[in-house]
Amino acid sequence: MPSAVFRIWRTGETGGAFRDYSVDLVPGMVVLDAVHRIQATQAPDLAVRWNCKAGKCGSCSAEINGNPRLMCMTRLSTLPLDQPVTVEPMRAFPPIKDLVTDVSWNFKVKKTITPFTPRPADAPDGTWRMQQADVDRVQEFRKCIECFLCQDVCHVLRDHKMHDRFIGPRFFAHTAALEMNPIDSANRVPALKQQHGIGYCNITRCCTKVCPEHITITENAIIPLKERVVDEFYDPVTRLLRVFRS
Amino acid sequence: MQIETFEYDVLVIGAGGAGLRAALEASAAGVSVGLICKSLLGKAHTVMAEGGVAAALANVDDRDSWKVHFADTMRGGQYVNNWRMAELHAKEAPDRVRELEAWGAVFDRTADGRILQRNFGGHRYPRLAHVGDRTGLELIRTLQDQGVHRGMDVHMEFTVVRVLTSGGRASGVVGYERERGRFKLFKAAAIVLATGGAGRAYRITSNSWEGTGDGHSLAYQAGAELMDMEFIQFHPTGMIWPPSVQGILVTEGVRGEGGVLLNSQGRRFMFDSIPENYRSQTATDEDEGWRYTQGDKSARRPPELLTRDHVARCIMREVKEGRGSPRGGVFLDIAWIKSRLPNAEEHIKRKLPSMYHQFKELADIDITKEPMEVGPTTHYIMGGVRVDADTQMSTVPGLFAAGECAAGINGANRLGGNSLSDLLVFGKRAGEYAAEFAKANKRVAVGEADVNAATEDALKPFEHAQSGGENPYAIQSALQDMMQSLVGIVRTETEMQKALAELKALRARAAQASVTGHREYNPGWHTALDLRHLLTVSEAITRSAIERKESRGGHFRDDYPEKAAEFGTFNIVTRKAPDGSMEVRRVPLPPMPAELKQIIEDQE
Repeated sequence: MPSAVFRIWRTGETGGAFRDYSVDLVPGMVVLDAVHRIQATQAPDLAVRWNCKAGKCGSCSAEINGNPRLMCMTRLSTLPLDQPVTVEPMRAFPPIKDLVTDVSWNFKVKKTITPFTPRPADAPDGTWRMQQADVDRVQEFRKCIECFLCQDVCHVLRDHKMHDRFIGPRFFAHTAALEMNPIDSANRVPALKQQHGIGYCNITRCCTKVCPEHITITENAIIPLKERVVDEFYDPVTRLLRVFRS
Repeated sequence: MQIETFEYDVLVIGAGGAGLRAALEASAAGVSVGLICKSLLGKAHTVMAEGGVAAALANVDDRDSWKVHFADTMRGGQYVNNWRMAELHAKEAPDRVRELEAWGAVFDRTADGRILQRNFGGHRYPRLAHVGDRTGLELIRTLQDQGVHRGMDVHMEFTVVRVLTSGGRASGVVGYERERGRFKLFKAAAIVLATGGAGRAYRITSNSWEGTGDGHSLAYQAGAELMDMEFIQFHPTGMIWPPSVQGILVTEGVRGEGGVLLNSQGRRFMFDSIPENYRSQTATDEDEGWRYTQGDKSARRPPELLTRDHVARCIMREVKEGRGSPRGGVFLDIAWIKSRLPNAEEHIKRKLPSMYHQFKELADIDITKEPMEVGPTTHYIMGGVRVDADTQMSTVPGLFAAGECAAGINGANRLGGNSLSDLLVFGKRAGEYAAEFAKANKRVAVGEADVNAATEDALKPFEHAQSGGENPYAIQSALQDMMQSLVGIVRTETEMQKALAELKALRARAAQASVTGHREYNPGWHTALDLRHLLTVSEAITRSAIERKESRGGHFRDDYPEKAAEFGTFNIVTRKAPDGSMEVRRVPLPPMPAELKQIIEDQE
């Protein structure tokens, strides 16, 4: 039976290091299968998050050969197996153990975004009327499985550690889903500019590239939101009006 | 031992759809609420639900009503459902769906801008509100985003090891947080179990690692009763190739959109065996079936949309009789619709995006061009904690259960789409009545000795490491193989008696399970503790299945292949006897009011 070597990040008392494990290959195998195999036979305490194993829950995010990926959707047939496959945790978040990181910051950030605020219902039975064409773009963002790979790859967070003033691509997509919802009535544009730091994004498109749900985060969410910020705060006519009003 | 302690009026265990909905409702009632999740928030198994949520909104077909939904649910469950739960479910589901929209869910739309509904197995009219094939994600995200703004405390990656009782009442829970491996005590006036299913007792399953029957087993150990445990739903269409994806679900939505099941001879074998009680509702030819999936109100549904238990057995038959696909399943073909529809490829990608994605990435199959290979997979357990229909309280005062871990609504077989509506309707009710219970009844004291006993017991796998105990993964794997082969889709007395003997042996092995390493984020430890739940649930399934000497819904016996009227008059209930053994008894079905009987007759 053919086998491959997996070079997996393990943490111990004194920090972390890669350890090599050899795994027998089975047709159609994904990286998460290999990790499970190692867990069941060689390292029962190997820590890894996973749930659905079908790319729907966004739990098994990791960096495979340096690329942010879902382990359950990365087939071994797409990787060069003549050399070890490296599997390490998302590096933009504090490590907990082995492949598991502390992603709690994301849950805190979400709480700071004004929740869905619907306008009064359109019909007496408390329902709204929306056209499919008008909700298509919202549904694209709502495909997000919160794997946080976009947060992991974003240099504003990963390299510049601006977690206190920048909410990251995941939450721009979340904000866009709310702002573009045809029946939402709140305005999140001032917060985008001030507390949520959308200006720090210089549209390098890394988030869009790694999104396992193929959400076009940069073009469809971030850029339109940036345009709204510009319209509201930097449009010369509106600015002038604001001066007069104050 | 001093351990960190939290106190709540209502404590909810499980943060899938039912748990979140219960926590929301309890919060709205003004009591303090704690919510425990085994994984991160938003990752629960609800996220996997694909097809939709069943509710008689009548947006697509105005002939639909709660009465039709009620009758469909009872017929699908082969009339051993709790009629009151089926009634409440059918009546309240539409409001539960509409309120999701008010909380930000964005469903697919009809041409006039209302919530779109799709066809599904066993539902007479198009009834499933949906978002493509990722409805569960929409539902859980909507509830989660509402929840975090309602002031409930969320404890993520926390595993409950015991539900405590004092003087016969639920008083709290003991468990540990995974990150540091530290024990915590939660005291609560009311506890809601919303822990989902137990599919991990089987080798081939659509369930994630979390589906280990925790709530079933915790309730059982705390003195509550389990009901209908023999009824397991084997979903007819799971992926079968490649081996690493075996069991992953292929939504019934594929068949709802016109997908057909074919054997190796290219025959639509579902036309060969249409049960008598569904004949008048089923299409007589392929053309009528196709027209039904495209919304023709004068057409009847294709046989692929018969109930899941029946379709799964037909697939097994084809395979057994040598007409299966090369890898031991049958073919599911949606690509054929290109002969009927212009832009079929775009249509499939739009209606079934995650199925397209799943097959493309995991199996190198383009479902818009070629058929899928599918076979049955353990998907859902109809059985669960026996609860009061209106309040969802178990036989232990203060202990509630909702969603998959509760029994009653589904009877012998659940209709697709009825689980998302179940968890909304009864999640809400559990939260509401748990809050009411907490307001009327103060917390009862937790026995310190019980807490110590629970933590000591949970640490035993570490002690066994010194004495050289067994790897818990190996025991779990042996259990899964045993249940799959001896208490699977087709059952016999001899095999199930053998299963009981094997369970005894596995229990002895599990008692010696050992773990290496320390307590911090240790999946081996977790697996050792999960094993106990899986063993309890497996025993309840096996004993109940032995007791039901007939075939009905998700329970099929080769030695009693027919349905027996006598067995349609009671449910099978298990509970822990005073000597610690599992007691099995037959409990008569509550009598159904005449007006509901009439509704069922009218819908025949």
